[in-house]
Amino acid sequence: MAGPARESHRWKWLLVSPALIVLLLAASGPLMIVLVYSFLSPGNMGGVSWEPTTEAWFRVFWSRDIFEPELVTLNDSHLAIFQRTIWLSFQTTVICAALGFPTAWFIATRPARTRMVWLFLITIPFWTNLLIRTFAIQEMIRGNGTFNSALLWLGVIDEPLEMMFTDFAVLLGMAYVFLPLMVLPLYAAMEKLDFRLVEAGYDLYASRPQVLWHVILPLVKPGFIAGSILVFIPSIGAYVTPRVLGGGKTMMLGNLIALQFGQGRNWPLGAALAMVLLVIVVVALIFYLRVTGAEERARNDRA
Amino acid sequence: MIGRDFDVKRLPGFGAIAVLTVVLLYLPIVILVVFSFNAEQSQTQWAGFSLRWYAAALANEQVVDVSIRSLWLALVAAAIATVLATMAALATTRVSRFPGQTMIYALINQPLMVPEIVTGIALLIFVAFLKVQTGYSGMGYLVAAHAAFCIPFAYLPIRARLETMDLTLERAAADLYATPVQTFRYVTLPLLVPGIAAGFMLGFVVSLDTVVITEFVKSAGQDTLPTYMLGQLRRVVTPEMNAIATLFLALSLVIVTLFFMISRKRG
Repeated sequence: MAGPARESHRWKWLLVSPALIVLLLAASGPLMIVLVYSFLSPGNMGGVSWEPTTEAWFRVFWSRDIFEPELVTLNDSHLAIFQRTIWLSFQTTVICAALGFPTAWFIATRPARTRMVWLFLITIPFWTNLLIRTFAIQEMIRGNGTFNSALLWLGVIDEPLEMMFTDFAVLLGMAYVFLPLMVLPLYAAMEKLDFRLVEAGYDLYASRPQVLWHVILPLVKPGFIAGSILVFIPSIGAYVTPRVLGGGKTMMLGNLIALQFGQGRNWPLGAALAMVLLVIVVVALIFYLRVTGAEERARNDRA
Repeated sequence: MIGRDFDVKRLPGFGAIAVLTVVLLYLPIVILVVFSFNAEQSQTQWAGFSLRWYAAALANEQVVDVSIRSLWLALVAAAIATVLATMAALATTRVSRFPGQTMIYALINQPLMVPEIVTGIALLIFVAFLKVQTGYSGMGYLVAAHAAFCIPFAYLPIRARLETMDLTLERAAADLYATPVQTFRYVTLPLLVPGIAAGFMLGFVVSLDTVVITEFVKSAGQDTLPTYMLGQLRRVVTPEMNAIATLFLALSLVIVTLFFMISRKRG
């Protein structure tokens, strides 16, 4: 009957509505305002003036000559930042995968007791403050930091290496802070692995690399994709790590957005850039859902 | 060929990489903690054990001020988020599907998916507008922003707990003529407590960690410990910062350990 069913929905909506109101006011709603602001003109002292224009979106990719507004060129500095953001995020994901896959495998093949200890060791950094971990990396690679002191003491170098405020510093920092995000989903996938399949591979005279490539990797692929997305998305949107370790010359997209709300005083451009970032994240998420959805369908078909 | 002691789970070199990973994860943190106890200002030369940087940090009024603000903000935001998330979890778990459920999930999980910098500037715009309209510029904005951000983290363990709960106990209560309210108060809620506690702790840690959102929402004089640290990192850093970071780490460690113990009991 429709009557009582509708009745029972009402209490559900009553219970969820306080959470939804807070989320709408302090999370989702303001995103809509960002979209609106990206189509307005910048105000004199920050803020916006209510003249609708697509100029901010235009300036995301192109720039106009100051004296001849008709003269349009590609906005090289923005494009360089997009490129750096995507390239650094990609490298971060690869580094995390290279270290995370063997680590997750090793943990998943430990006896239950030691496994919990290992898992705890990986989880702790995940829950400790990102800023503090970035600060710890800064202390390692500073001009007179741990790294340089050790190398000087060993006699490998004669003068300190300049590592701060480079792409390398940002990459190192991001790989460091996001590494647990790769290990945990990979571990979850490997924990469920049916090791009889691995055994079957060896029984059929496959070598270790062959088993790894043809048996293990296809089976843990969903965990791999989940881990890659979990690392890639926060890397693309990184703000704190490139701000602390990168500085002005190695900006990422997050810093470029923030700049428009600070010294840049161009809120519409910042809003448009934020929307670009959001689109990249949504595309990555859709890709993830499609791949994992296809995997699941394929598995159901086989069953 | 494959002997009896052949271990199918072994892949050569993987153990070494796992050890390397853990060493890499902990080395910078350990060095940071060790030099917080250094007697001299150097971050590389050990000059003996001392608590002087802790004394300096605790004597620094600004540090004490922002720490207290961080703690009460995290407490209030996590408490609000936990209450709201518990209600939402009760309405969306163990029920037949209803129209709008997908939208509810999307809204609850939205703070997990949208980059913090985007949420940050979105709130900056919205709060700037509200400040002009209402003239209010208190801590309410930060509390609301943190609470919203903590909801998905509080929701996850509560929902997980509800899903694994034994339904027969509630049915037994109903059979014994308990009213729905009594059943909830004396059966459901006590069973749900570990989930609620875990949700609160996750929310607390997440609020304590949040830098970007706070940075863009705060008004003058509303610095939290992370935004204060972010501002200080640009200057010459003394081991006082190591001491602050170490205290902060210790707090997170205690909470995460408690969280682990609570969720272990569940299994």
